[in-house]
Amino acid sequence: MSIGHTLLGLLESGPRHGYDLKRAFDEKFGHDRPLHYGQVYSTMSRLLKNGLVEVDGIEAGGGPERKRYAITEAGITDVARWLATPEKPEPYLQSTLYTKIVLALLTHREAGDILDTQRSEHLRSMRILTDRKRKGDLADQLICDHALFHLEADLRWLELTAARLEKLREAVTR
Amino acid sequence: MSVGQWSRDLAMGVRFAFSGGREGWTRALLTAVGVGLGVALLLLTTAIPNALAERDRREEARSDHTFGQQEIPKADDTLIVLDADTTFRDMDVRGRMLEAEGPRAPLPPGVSAFPAAGEMVVSPALKELLASDDGKLLRERLDYRIAGTIGEQGLVGSHELAYFAGGKGLAKMLEGPASGARIDSFGNDDLGSSDAWDPVLLLLVLVVFVVLLMPVAVFIAAAVRFGGERRDRRLAALRLVGSDSRMTRRIAAGEALAGSVLGLVLGTGFFLLGRELAASVEVFHVSLFPSYLNPSPLLAVLVALAVPAAAILVTILALRGVVIEPLGVVRTAKPSRRRLWWRLLLPLGGIALLYPMIGQGNDGGDFNQYLVVGGVMLLLVGVTALLPWVVEAVVARLGSGGVAWQLAVRRLQLSSGAAARMVNGIAVAVAGAIALQMLFAGVEGNYTRASQYDVSRAQMGVDVPDGSDPSAIIGKYRETEGVRKVTALSDVYLFDRGNEDSSVQITLADCASLREVAALPSCRDGDVFAVKGSEYESASDHLAEPGTTLWTPEPDGDTARSGERPVSWTVPQDIRQAQPREDPTGYERGGILVTPGALPEKLAAFMSARLFLSLDLSVPDAYDHVRNTAARLDPAVQPMTWHSVESNDRYATIRTGLSVGSACVLALIGASLLVSQLEQLRERRKLLSSLVAFGTRRRTLGLSVLWQTAIPIGLGLLLAATVGMALGVVLLRMTNTSVRVDWPSVLSMTGIGAGVVLVVTLLSLPPLLKLMRPDGLRTE
Amino acid sequence: MTIPAGSLLTAQDLRKAYGPTTALDGGEFSIHPGEVVAVMGPSGSGKSTLLHCLAGIVMPDSGTIMYNGREVTAMGDAERSALRRTEFGFVFQFGQLVPELTCVENVALPLRLNGSSRKEAERTALAWMERLEVDDLRKKRPGEVSGGQGQRVAVARSLVTNPRVVFADEPTGALDSFNGERVMELLTDAARSANAAVVLVTHEARVAAYSDREIVVRDGKSRDMERVV
Repeated sequence: MSIGHTLLGLLESGPRHGYDLKRAFDEKFGHDRPLHYGQVYSTMSRLLKNGLVEVDGIEAGGGPERKRYAITEAGITDVARWLATPEKPEPYLQSTLYTKIVLALLTHREAGDILDTQRSEHLRSMRILTDRKRKGDLADQLICDHALFHLEADLRWLELTAARLEKLREAVTR
Repeated sequence: MSVGQWSRDLAMGVRFAFSGGREGWTRALLTAVGVGLGVALLLLTTAIPNALAERDRREEARSDHTFGQQEIPKADDTLIVLDADTTFRDMDVRGRMLEAEGPRAPLPPGVSAFPAAGEMVVSPALKELLASDDGKLLRERLDYRIAGTIGEQGLVGSHELAYFAGGKGLAKMLEGPASGARIDSFGNDDLGSSDAWDPVLLLLVLVVFVVLLMPVAVFIAAAVRFGGERRDRRLAALRLVGSDSRMTRRIAAGEALAGSVLGLVLGTGFFLLGRELAASVEVFHVSLFPSYLNPSPLLAVLVALAVPAAAILVTILALRGVVIEPLGVVRTAKPSRRRLWWRLLLPLGGIALLYPMIGQGNDGGDFNQYLVVGGVMLLLVGVTALLPWVVEAVVARLGSGGVAWQLAVRRLQLSSGAAARMVNGIAVAVAGAIALQMLFAGVEGNYTRASQYDVSRAQMGVDVPDGSDPSAIIGKYRETEGVRKVTALSDVYLFDRGNEDSSVQITLADCASLREVAALPSCRDGDVFAVKGSEYESASDHLAEPGTTLWTPEPDGDTARSGERPVSWTVPQDIRQAQPREDPTGYERGGILVTPGALPEKLAAFMSARLFLSLDLSVPDAYDHVRNTAARLDPAVQPMTWHSVESNDRYATIRTGLSVGSACVLALIGASLLVSQLEQLRERRKLLSSLVAFGTRRRTLGLSVLWQTAIPIGLGLLLAATVGMALGVVLLRMTNTSVRVDWPSVLSMTGIGAGVVLVVTLLSLPPLLKLMRPDGLRTE
Repeated sequence: MTIPAGSLLTAQDLRKAYGPTTALDGGEFSIHPGEVVAVMGPSGSGKSTLLHCLAGIVMPDSGTIMYNGREVTAMGDAERSALRRTEFGFVFQFGQLVPELTCVENVALPLRLNGSSRKEAERTALAWMERLEVDDLRKKRPGEVSGGQGQRVAVARSLVTNPRVVFADEPTGALDSFNGERVMELLTDAARSANAAVVLVTHEARVAAYSDREIVVRDGKSRDMERVV
């Protein structure tokens, strides 16, 4: 999961202090693994260097924890590109997908499109596996089936989430 | 297994019938309506003998006089009754003139006070008719003030036309030609009991009953199975929760029981409705009061017990070939081939029962009612038993054809039983009707004959009362609207003096009228003719010789002309010969024909005159104008109306009853056919839609539905015609009538059967087209 | 939307309502010869309605459907029936085989509807049944064969007229995954080798994986995923 993109996305709703960013991240995505403050600092300085964020203001007392960051135009474009790029189908990527969906909802983007794009990407993988399965021997078939079942589980989650998008929107924007 | 378990399972089935949600209700209701219609028809038919008996009782209670009745002297409890029946159009009106001779004179049933002279009491139906525009002519004829109505007690039917009119000086009229009597009471035991039924007519009635009731029974059996396929699915669910297959069957029987009991209730309701309805219609001039239609208690109990029992039996038999598994219904894939031998036993047994009675019709011998009913029933049940075998055997051999044909044949092969069941009722009804029609056609000659009346020459006849002046009366009739020609003939019999046994008929009329009764060489007033060699009068030919003196009969103190002395007349020398000719009533007279100029005045008083009226039938109500004239001249005189065909009333009644009954039964069966047809179509909704999806023409599907009914119906009608003709032959042999197949009636009955199927198929086409819409694919 | 060149069957802006329920609200579709396209989406989204419209079973309230240069939406019922008979094949979830006919008669039925003689039709039918490995069922009736076998018979029937497009509406919906995949394998193999396009309505990803691409229908709107990405 890309912490950089996530923090960028969080900034889209308005400039924040590094500390606020950490708190928002923990609240929405960090459930069992809160972000270290050092991680926020290093990520922000990288984003700053790449011109995706800018320092909006520094409060008295200095130090990185006192800087207020704002997202740049380039940053917004970067978030959009990231959201639109489907994840490579692999097991257990729900957390990333979940993050993307929530961010899309928070930033009023079409979350449904993300799901469609992802389904399409998954199907592409499944087609390749299905094709391999049809041409391969029994071992191939078993290996492919294993992968196919996992991908199918993802897709089922996608469908379920698609069906619950409205509820999720209410929950995260509350 | 115990009675307790049986009743428990049945009770559970009854509960399911009503708690099965909308579907369960619909099914129970459908069955109930079907059974109800059948039960109502059963009750109505079983009530008809009672109704007729009740009519007889009422008729008896109001009977007043007969010919040859003992004369009684005038007293304070006597009443003069004079027949004043009349006919209006084709309706008979029962009329009586009444004059009480004392305060204790008996009142006729249903009348509370004697009408005064010039007044009358009328039946409600007559009152209504007189008040209507249609009754204008009758109003002229019955020119009395209406003083009251006749109660139900005095009438034999709700539509009976009857009146009692008050008169004065009626006793004097008793001496004339009027029919009447002095009586001291109404109701005569000797009168009411009608003559015993002719055994052949009785046979007809029995067969009509069986023939009408058998299809109803078949129909009830079919109604119990309405909605069977859905029910089976429900039963499968019961198996899933642990009921064994016997329990399931009993539960199914319980459901059928519920439907049939509900059907009994509905049937009673339908019957009561039908009873009221029966009172408001008049079938072949017989109307009834609702209270007449009471089924005999024994028959009613029999119906009440037999219908539910039959429902249970039919259900259990029907489920025999069905295995209800927890996950669905399996119809035993290849049902055991139907065996022929026991199916043949039924009709053969029927013939065996009827056979001993062959040839008993003419020697007044009785037919054993039980054997007749049993034999006819077995023969007709034989149709329902044979039909499934025939359909199976034939359909299995049907070859290739178009797609529609293939679809239909394959379906019939898979479920020939269901197909045969559908047409069983029609086949039984048609078989019975064919046999009956043959019997009717065969014995028709015995009960209907062409009358000898030549209705092209005269349509009515009137007797002129003795002593009245014929010429005045003739004038009145000539003036009557619709009368084209009046032929007036006066007759008297003259005797050879000293030989009272030898007499000759003298007919007096003008030349034109004489030509109606004899072929005259020429005719002028004053001519006299002798007609010799006529059919009836040749014995008196020798009296018509010139110079013979003939005498009027000796007065015998009884007649109106008592005291008059006999008058003589001598046959003139210039008498000429004429050839006999039948008059319009078919009578060929002989004797002497006299024109008015050749007859002495003194003889005229002895003449009685009869008029032949030939009418202009294009004048509306010509008959009734004549009747009105007759009533004006003398209310006690009834003009005769002649028809070309005379038939025995009872025979005609039975035949009409059969036609009406057959129509009802066929309509009922058609309705059940439609219900099961629609049910079948609904079951196949999904399939029909998918067939249409891959491009099947609607025509193909419609045609396959048609074939699907036409094939079993065709076979059913063929079988019905065979069995019906066999039964007809047996019945004809029983009545000793020459055996002749009445092809028109065979064809028309099978045609009507086929017509019912065609109508049903046509009626099921719109739902079929609707089912073929792609919506069927959507609802999954 | 622009119509891709070389399309066999296309639909534009389809709208269809059943009473108050809107089933299609701007449906788009296109398929090339020999292509297998999956139509996906949640239940009630309008997938089946899209298929019914494309196949000319149901007339849309508005919109245009073109097949091979002919406008399906302008045809009368008889013409559409003839089109379905000759150019299209159909597989449904269940309940499509005539229970009274034997399996081979069922497969031969579309040919007979087109006027072939019984003998000839059944010979062709048997060849297709062999391909779908169900020729041993020829004398059996649909009630006597398993669900998977029945669907294979149905697939054989859908292909027997050499259709240009096969419409399959949840063809594996009533089958377990093993039988379902076998049916899909046979269906897509047979269709590809006959150069028939397949419109495959399914909600199962593993069935959709037998397609070349998919179209997603949601709330009556369809979305061609290939052209979006």
